Amino acid sequence: MTQFSHTQTAHCESGVISNMFRHYGLQISEPMAFGIGAGIFFGHLPFVKVNGVPGTTYRIWPGAIFSRVCKRLGVKMESHQFGSPDKAMQALDDVIAKGIPVGMQSSVYYLPYFPASYRFHFNAHNLVVYGKQNGDYLVSDPIMDTVTVIDHENLVQARFAKGFPAPKGKMYYPVSVPKQVDFREPIKEGIKQACYYMLKIPMPMFGVKGIRFLAKRVKNYPAKVGDRRAGLYLGNIIRMQEEIGTGGAGFRFMYAAFLQEAGTLLNNEELKSVGKELTAVGDLWRNFAFSAGRVCKARSADNTSYGDLGDMLLKIADAEEKVFRRLSKVKI
Amino acid sequence: MKKEEVPQDGDNLHHGTFKQLFYAVDNSGDYTTAPSVGWEPENVALDQAWEEVERRVAETRVKVEAGEASPIAYYMERTLLDLPLLAVKAGKFQWQVKRHMKPEVFKKLGGSTIARYAEIFGIAAEVLQKGELLPFQRPQ
Repeated sequence: MTQFSHTQTAHCESGVISNMFRHYGLQISEPMAFGIGAGIFFGHLPFVKVNGVPGTTYRIWPGAIFSRVCKRLGVKMESHQFGSPDKAMQALDDVIAKGIPVGMQSSVYYLPYFPASYRFHFNAHNLVVYGKQNGDYLVSDPIMDTVTVIDHENLVQARFAKGFPAPKGKMYYPVSVPKQVDFREPIKEGIKQACYYMLKIPMPMFGVKGIRFLAKRVKNYPAKVGDRRAGLYLGNIIRMQEEIGTGGAGFRFMYAAFLQEAGTLLNNEELKSVGKELTAVGDLWRNFAFSAGRVCKARSADNTSYGDLGDMLLKIADAEEKVFRRLSKVKI
Repeated sequence: MKKEEVPQDGDNLHHGTFKQLFYAVDNSGDYTTAPSVGWEPENVALDQAWEEVERRVAETRVKVEAGEASPIAYYMERTLLDLPLLAVKAGKFQWQVKRHMKPEVFKKLGGSTIARYAEIFGIAAEVLQKGELLPFQRPQ
């Protein structure tokens, strides 16, 4: 039986990276993986709706952290998608029989061990299968506190859920992992990329501009979509920011932890100091969620409260812009 | 956020059986992790999302019972799907699925189409065929 050392993490993608690479002797923490993969982001997409509610994201799109970390650390991965469940399950069985833990993309709707109230149709959840026992698969799901199991039927469903993005049985595992890596260059590249995404994308929906964009829209919610929908829109922003996987404050604390770890590793006081500043911005995000939660609970929308929430977001945007401008100037 | 400020608002929807991990700073200002059983604003938002599902399910039930929509519309809501996602899952165009939500079209659907929908909805084909509306139970 393959031994797999499971550590609970906040986010599934950076968590799988951390757990999987450690299995091959490459020590990398979750925040370090998140930072090197430039996971931090902001985007508000009013036209991408799920059940009629506009989308907000605090992180880069699924899969990006993984591919960037592999590229920057020189890890080679084997990755497959499949046309049929039978082939996909056979391929999985073959690889775990060799003692290789396998990462895969799944839909949380079909994961029986997942807290029931979180089981919506979200198709980009990452987990690791590291063995098979009595027909069940042994699972290391990074957001769970211990290892767990899943039966064949549910795993097939989770791997072949249709929708966006469709996993199509996607599975992946490293074929070569360096034991020792100098983190300096990867950290530098990760930070440079994060600053670009937060400050320079020439579209109003993304980065700090995106926060201001959302601020304006929030102010108009009650007038534009009415009380009930305004509450739903707001609730969705809170969930994207604080629900499972974010580590709190929409990944801001996780990225601050990365800056601190990088600062310590590279003996760079400036990085650590920027990390502290970002922690303060994370606290502003938490205050926003707290106030937004109250507005949701009160149910009756009055324009002042939505206006106040919009103003809070504008302040956050300013503070976050300052942090990333400063970060972009740090010499590494 | 300081470690001792990591919220423990246990009045959540998974009864404290699940703890998620938060990043927070300790007394010397260094980052560490701490488990949390939940936080009030997130609980409110998640509760609200489920209430919305309940509302839509109930609303659609009324429509189906009044003969204004087919059971496909009901089960779409009950399975937390929307039209684009259901269409992808069924391998059909959205306009086709919309048609199947009309009671008169639904009555004429073939066995294989019914079976396909039933599988997506996680129910027996006969249940769907007969138009039985199984109750919706939100996670406890």
